[in-house]
Amino acid sequence: MHPACRVPGECLAAVEGEIIGALKQEEMDFCVALPCTMFKDLLAMMEEHWDVLKVTREEEGVGICAGAYLAGKKPFMVIQNSGLGNSVNALMSLNRNYDIPLLILVSHRGMEGERIRAQKPMGMATRPLLRALGIPYFGPSKADVMATVRLAASRAFEHEEAVCVLFSRKVMLDEAL
Amino acid sequence: MRRYEAMEEAVKSLDHELIISNIGRPSDELHSIRDRPENFYMLGSMGLASSIGLGIALSSRRRVIVFDGDGSILMNMGSLATISYHAPSNLRLVIFDNASYGSTGDQDTIASKIPLEKIVEGCGLETRVIEERQDISWAMEWLISGEVPKVLVIKVEKGSEKVPNVPLDHKFIRDRFMESLRQV
Repeated sequence: MHPACRVPGECLAAVEGEIIGALKQEEMDFCVALPCTMFKDLLAMMEEHWDVLKVTREEEGVGICAGAYLAGKKPFMVIQNSGLGNSVNALMSLNRNYDIPLLILVSHRGMEGERIRAQKPMGMATRPLLRALGIPYFGPSKADVMATVRLAASRAFEHEEAVCVLFSRKVMLDEAL
Repeated sequence: MRRYEAMEEAVKSLDHELIISNIGRPSDELHSIRDRPENFYMLGSMGLASSIGLGIALSSRRRVIVFDGDGSILMNMGSLATISYHAPSNLRLVIFDNASYGSTGDQDTIASKIPLEKIVEGCGLETRVIEERQDISWAMEWLISGEVPKVLVIKVEKGSEKVPNVPLDHKFIRDRFMESLRQV
């Protein structure tokens, strides 16, 4: 049983397993992450599959992933939506300017069930922000996590652009809201 | 010494190394000094030249040289810590320090009072500081040698050379650079 599965016979790591499976099937081979409590189990499980690169700030990660792509890798980032805000200029003047693809898995904090007030403004602004930037995004339900991550990854690399998948609290934490 | 002169001298020590050049006038100057497929002219995303260099260095065996500036290093200072932590053996930084934002009208940066080399050292990276043109050749030799990331700080005068903007299409820069990376 995986350490993330806390109840015998009932694996709570199902969503995490689907995300990792989808990333593997898409042959994503370069990973930068900054933590979120919603991704606690995911990040722990990812360590078994990739060298998860630590950085100081998400924007820096966007630059590192761009470099990895130039050198032939298929990069992805795992971050909070707060970090999406930190990355805006790089996503436009680097990724958009040079048509450099990037898959970004984002925990969508500040929405239904959020307990921290400071997360709410960015939570509400996340989808409008992505629309304003013209960055495609997906918000999968629990049933279509795997298909969505695969779709987002293939779209990013076929269209040579940054693509986001927004993960809600409901999808990641399996808690009653 | 002007930055253009310093860059001209530094490029003489390079062979097939990949160069990531900083936003603005430094990229224009590099293009004017020596345009080559192994140059990636970073024309936006201020601060990220060293991050792009790190991503390439971690993904390739090629040696990567980043031509950065004081304003850009200050804008993404965490990058120095990240580079030191991951310590790729094939990454080198040259910081042309003119203590000013040279592409926007030579406004002072805070590097006029904050010594960048102390920050670099504090992050655990090997560094040297030079101010004279005749020191560039040995300093570049020092920079390229060995198997650890290193940072060369070259103190230069304010001001940029009157050269044209990089006249290349963004996609051309990207594709030519990626192609050069595939060749050994």
